[in-house]
Amino acid sequence: MTLLASSATEHRGLTMALFGLFVLTTLAITLWAGRRNRSAADFYAGGRGFTGFQNGLAISGDYMSAASFLGIAGTIALAGYDGFLYSIGFLVAWLVALLLIAEPLRNSGRFTMADVLAFRMRQRPVRTAAGVSTIVVSIFYLLAQMVGAGTLVALLLGVEGNAAKRWTVVAVGALMIIYVVIGGMKGTTWVQIVKAVLLIAGAALMTVLVLAKYHFNPSELLGAAASASGKGEAFLQPGQKYGTGTAKLDFISLGIALVLGTAGLPHILVRFYTVPTAKAARKSVLWAIGIIGVFYLMTLALGFGAAALVGSKQIKAANAAGNTAAPQLAEALGGGSGSTGGAILLAVISAVAFATILAVVAGLTLASSASFAHDLYANVIRRGKASEREEVRSAKWAAVGIGAVSIVLSLYADKLNTAALVALAFAVAASANLPTLLYSLFWKRFTTTGAVSSVYAGLVGSVLLVVFSPVVSGKATSLFPHSDFHWFPLENPGLVSIPIGFLAGWLGTLLSRERPDPAKYAELEVRSLTGLGAH
Amino acid sequence: MDSPPITTAATDVQLIDDSEEFRTLRRSFRSFAFPVTIGFVLWYLLYVLLSCYAPGLMGTKVLGHVNVALVLGLLQFATTFVIAGWYARYADRRIDPPAAAIREAHGAVVHAPREAAE
Repeated sequence: MTLLASSATEHRGLTMALFGLFVLTTLAITLWAGRRNRSAADFYAGGRGFTGFQNGLAISGDYMSAASFLGIAGTIALAGYDGFLYSIGFLVAWLVALLLIAEPLRNSGRFTMADVLAFRMRQRPVRTAAGVSTIVVSIFYLLAQMVGAGTLVALLLGVEGNAAKRWTVVAVGALMIIYVVIGGMKGTTWVQIVKAVLLIAGAALMTVLVLAKYHFNPSELLGAAASASGKGEAFLQPGQKYGTGTAKLDFISLGIALVLGTAGLPHILVRFYTVPTAKAARKSVLWAIGIIGVFYLMTLALGFGAAALVGSKQIKAANAAGNTAAPQLAEALGGGSGSTGGAILLAVISAVAFATILAVVAGLTLASSASFAHDLYANVIRRGKASEREEVRSAKWAAVGIGAVSIVLSLYADKLNTAALVALAFAVAASANLPTLLYSLFWKRFTTTGAVSSVYAGLVGSVLLVVFSPVVSGKATSLFPHSDFHWFPLENPGLVSIPIGFLAGWLGTLLSRERPDPAKYAELEVRSLTGLGAH
Repeated sequence: MDSPPITTAATDVQLIDDSEEFRTLRRSFRSFAFPVTIGFVLWYLLYVLLSCYAPGLMGTKVLGHVNVALVLGLLQFATTFVIAGWYARYADRRIDPPAAAIREAHGAVVHAPREAAE
């Protein structure tokens, strides 16, 4: 920590300048986009004018978060092969979105996930449930990004004290609110696109530098990582992090949450509304799969590279959860601590990481404030009588409110690994949102009661299991390490809470006396498959 | 207000839903999407379970330091890319043309969204 920090402090100016450049560029884009925002569709869906390729890049920008970049690299660096599961789950999950969700959602919804859930149901209960779960999932995800931002700045500025960390979190929060309030979806999408390009370029540069050190022979890199880890070949095999009985179940739970979570993430779902047709939505997912897949392959090189070139001792000294492995690797690749090359590469990669965080939090804030305004305010509170202008204004206020809440919460969560925190958001999304989405689209008999029970059971189930898990109490790495009220053994609730979500939707439908409306389902079916009447 | 009826007469959409063309389209979509989803989820779960419960197999070396675990992980990437490409081709041929035909046959309504008009 001290070594890294001292060299970082000397070149702090460079990091700040690079990051300042990104902030100024994106603010200019935001202002430009903001002037072109007229209707609600501009604000929520960027006027639906993006191409499949642009949206594919923006989806990748939204998805490759601090968790992917900092968290996965850190987990692989510390736990070896077990960190790879994140990359695989995060990628395979896109097939669920591609095959079952993207196109029907684009055709049958308008601005939010709830548009699809409420299509053939009673509006107010379903929109309330979907709005609440959208906001909860987004806040979990926001927390993970903010924690990443706080950790990074502590590393870069070399400050142990909390003041600088807090001010960074506040500054990131303020910027994301500005992006969303002024730029709306159009501005936010361009920020994602710029960021995706920067992140891919940064990761590619580091990957090439890592591989070059090992004669472009991956096996040599693996060997070096294994021997530097002190664990030998076991480092390259499953079981470092998830080796014992319960931990194995945790691995399975995590794996299921990752693969089923993506297609239920509100900030990803709203991206499908930014393109004109279902075919363009499909194309954007195809592009995203390509871009994200290549990126996750690179995280392997980054993680094992950090294990080999930085070493777990140094990484743990800087951040116990491993969140700083990637920037530390950058410094090592540039020539090591104290060298100019090291400082420059560290500055570049840190600026990229900041850009990553900033873009993702903007996307999350937009999705959750859109759901607040469109679902809760316009349809539940005002019962559909709010004007478009009032709705957009309430979305902007919601962005401020949600931003403030996540800033405050993230000041308390800084010891958690960002990848693990994001995995919780995935578990909640997979439990509360995915079952309802699938039932709504494909099960004729599904009813309002089914939808509402599925969302609330999945949401409450997953959140409660997290509260009573080792993430919150009972372990040295918990949120509250000094108290112990945990009784649920797994860190990720997916294994239990996802079946609860599916079961509740099924039972709620069977047990309610409500009759589903076959005409409404016919309409949903025709619209979702053909695009007839789509917005 | 959020989902205005597709056509003016409420029965029209029921007619489309019952039509032979639409049923074929729905069958084309479901007969691809559902089994393939089940397939890749099982294949992924197999990988996760092997990682947990077959350490011997997963640790077997294939080439240098590259072991079975790594190869299976990379295969998950490969199958994801292949399935995505396969679906893109399938949708181009079996889903887009019939969907377009139905839209045109009943196309009193919008193709491209016109938000400003709302």
